[in-house]
Amino acid sequence: MTLDEFFEIGVVTPLGSHTFDAEGIKAFARKYDPQPFHTDEEAAKKSVFGGLCASGWQTAATWMKRNLATPGKRWAGTGPAPEFGPSPGITDLKWLKPVYAGETVSFSRTALSHRAMGSRPGWHLLTVYAEGVDSTGDKVIEFNSAVLVKVA
Amino acid sequence: MTSKTWAFEDFVEGGTIDLGCKDVTAGEIVEFASEFDPQPMHLDEAAGKASILGGLSASGWHTCAIYMRLLCDSFLLDSTSQGAPGIDRIKWRKPVLAGDRLNGRATVLSRRESRSRPSIGLVAFRSELFNQHGETVFELENTVMFLKRGAAA
Repeated sequence: MTLDEFFEIGVVTPLGSHTFDAEGIKAFARKYDPQPFHTDEEAAKKSVFGGLCASGWQTAATWMKRNLATPGKRWAGTGPAPEFGPSPGITDLKWLKPVYAGETVSFSRTALSHRAMGSRPGWHLLTVYAEGVDSTGDKVIEFNSAVLVKVA
Repeated sequence: MTSKTWAFEDFVEGGTIDLGCKDVTAGEIVEFASEFDPQPMHLDEAAGKASILGGLSASGWHTCAIYMRLLCDSFLLDSTSQGAPGIDRIKWRKPVLAGDRLNGRATVLSRRESRSRPSIGLVAFRSELFNQHGETVFELENTVMFLKRGAAA
């Protein structure tokens, strides 16, 4: 097994779905993002969004939840199994459409590429495309994530 | 006219906004991670110490949520914000560890009027969080839409 096969470069992996109910939206928003269109149905109706919708950070964090709940391939190459480490960051996060209360979002990940890190011998930097699509097939979120992987 | 303190006109290129500060506790690190990012270094002190993060550390998504709450409480809730279409880049520069005291700053990188929506202006920010040692732990760049003062109800 090569690292490309282990990371499944270019393969779209479905991560399952999550339904954003009103109570969950409001509970997250009260703690982290208390803008009226995330905490109050009536205020949300009068807002730019026209209805209660999830904080974009809740949608992003829920991608991570689904990502961790969906294991990748088992290592079947030579040497120790690669170990996933922390992420140095993300780019091009887009919230393309509001996620309204009751909406179900299906998430996916696609590993795009990886490269050895000059600054950290034994580690690779893996780039992953993250996506969420609502029940009508519209994309609601996308971003590119990077993650450090110990490969030796 | 709006009663909000912050409308598009109030953001000046190069200006900075103090985002205030936040003590990050082990309890909230574990609570957030249990729901969204249940990796050992976000759940357990010993596992965190054994990882390259060096201690029980907040999920990067938790740090984003902490940033968002600081943004809300420092000025966003008292503004004419119409939301943000996304985030250009986030850098998790250093681990955020249990017991850290973070403080934040937003800098206005640029501002322009919307061509398609005359009532709206777009403000590009770089936001940073620093720990108690003065180290930058988090950087974020994005653009937020604000109503102009005369357009806001």
